Amino acid sequence: MNRQKRRRLEEAIVKWIMRGSLLIVVAVLGMIVVSITWKGMGALSWQMLTQAPQGGFYLGKEGGILNAITGSLLLALGATLLSLLLAVPVVIFLHAYSGRSRWVNMVRLALDVLWGIPSIVYGAFGFTLMLLMGLRASLLGGVIALALVELPILARTMDEVLRMIPAELKETTRALGTTRLELAVILLRQAIPGLVTAVLLAFGRGIGDAASVLFTAGYTDNMPQSLLRPVASLPLAVFFQLNTPLPEVQERAYASALVLMMLVLVFSLLARLSMKVLGKYVIR
Amino acid sequence: MENTTYKQTSILDVPGIAGSLSTREGHRLWRHWKDMAAEHSMRLVTTCVSLLALVMGAVLLTRAWPILSSRPLAELLFSSTWHPIRGIFGFGPFIAGSLMVTLLAMLLAVPFAIFSAIYLAEYGQAIRATFKPVIDMLASIPSVVYGLWGVLFVVPFIRDVVGVWIGSTLGKSIPFLAYNNPTGYGLLAGGIVLAIMVFPIIVSVIEEVLRTVPQGMREASLALGATHWETTKFVILRKALPGVIAAIVLGFSRAFGETLAVMMVVGNVVQIPHSLFDAAYPLPALIANNYGEMMSIPMYDAALMGAALLLLIVVLMFNIGAQLILARLTERAS
Repeated sequence: MNRQKRRRLEEAIVKWIMRGSLLIVVAVLGMIVVSITWKGMGALSWQMLTQAPQGGFYLGKEGGILNAITGSLLLALGATLLSLLLAVPVVIFLHAYSGRSRWVNMVRLALDVLWGIPSIVYGAFGFTLMLLMGLRASLLGGVIALALVELPILARTMDEVLRMIPAELKETTRALGTTRLELAVILLRQAIPGLVTAVLLAFGRGIGDAASVLFTAGYTDNMPQSLLRPVASLPLAVFFQLNTPLPEVQERAYASALVLMMLVLVFSLLARLSMKVLGKYVIR
Repeated sequence: MENTTYKQTSILDVPGIAGSLSTREGHRLWRHWKDMAAEHSMRLVTTCVSLLALVMGAVLLTRAWPILSSRPLAELLFSSTWHPIRGIFGFGPFIAGSLMVTLLAMLLAVPFAIFSAIYLAEYGQAIRATFKPVIDMLASIPSVVYGLWGVLFVVPFIRDVVGVWIGSTLGKSIPFLAYNNPTGYGLLAGGIVLAIMVFPIIVSVIEEVLRTVPQGMREASLALGATHWETTKFVILRKALPGVIAAIVLGFSRAFGETLAVMMVVGNVVQIPHSLFDAAYPLPALIANNYGEMMSIPMYDAALMGAALLLLIVVLMFNIGAQLILARLTERAS
């Protein structure tokens, strides 16, 4: 009887520990979101969203962060498109052209490992590539480095999506006499909801990544003008504004962080929604 | 189908071949050709992508070679003198800083992560459905936002509360807890921010591993009269132990390379930290802070690329190890 009680007590205690640890983490998340929102709302204004920095912006005068918002969106858009260009052939090759083999597992391992490489290393690598190609810090350089960061995310997520397609669909399609390339079109069409989710996730990651664009995209107070000019980005805007001595400018960092966080959360919500909404049209 | 004409515009559209293309046989050949062309080009892309990590390593190695070939490796790795202008590059303080911040973050995050993951995976679908999105959300927040939060809340909290309190009690007798750096920016702040950032990664990997444990094992253990926790402790965790270790290793390597958030709160002073509150200077922060002047001082760029190479090597080793363990676990499960 005593033993029984002790066991039940242990169960209860551990359950409370688990609840507690999860609760602490959720509370921390809530705290981050709420505190950044609260701090950011104070400094956020219509002007912040619709203007590029004017003269004296870093002294607390007129201007906004439109340059960083458009810059971040352009960087993420370019990077997502570029990495799609590489990721789609990879996943098609894995699913339509190779069966279950050692080689496929090696490719997956390589992608997983690439996913784990810190973005600062991609930044350093991208910087070296740019030196080789004779590029300076520019939108193009940032797009290339960011595309490498997004590539494994995109490829692995799409790979997981395609894995969920029932094998019968593949077999039926092939039995009708299609080539593997035609099979690939069928598979991709079947996986559209998952692919949209993957693209949105990668896009969100691209907006928030700072270390890879630090050397490669540079920073500027101008609006993005050309592929070969430096471009501003939201994470770096937060970083630089926070490092200025004036409290008015630091306030702007809070507002920029709020904009950044909202953008990223919107894209992650959209990713979740797209899975739900589009997922209805998929054969399971 | 016999009457259908197939019009394709391509290099095969030369007279002669075009004639045969309109036949059924010609069309079959054309489809086959497209298939083969796609296969070869996609195989090329896949191979290139798979080798990307090696290419990155090779490129960084060439760029870092001037410094690696001119100084003994032991001096570079363990010397604690960092004086770029005089050409002295000892990575000691940076490696120590990186290791200490990362270890601290793991110590803080791992216990929470293990318990949270068990709760998510073992205690019912409803809990998972509620909290998994929250964890995913935590993972999607950009690192600069974590950094800003650290600057706004963690640093002042350490400066005004934790530091003062521990410094005046335990800090007097234990040197590792001495409060000599009253700014708040330091190891502890970096560790806390980093712990929150790696938490979601560790949780999702552990959770995934726990779910690969066959349902039958749970049922067998519960049928023998074990409580839920006993089942978890003696059956599931034992079975999933390699996966849990892999998750921790993955979290470690992610934390090791995290740049901006850590850099914003860790103080960035070139020294080997002796206390929990001392400022540190991790490797990624070294690269990120100094890329601007790296072209103006000889060997400086080689040193920074060497730092990137070091990061890459550490992360690659840890990642490959962890992924191999995970691959074997999931293979057995499926």
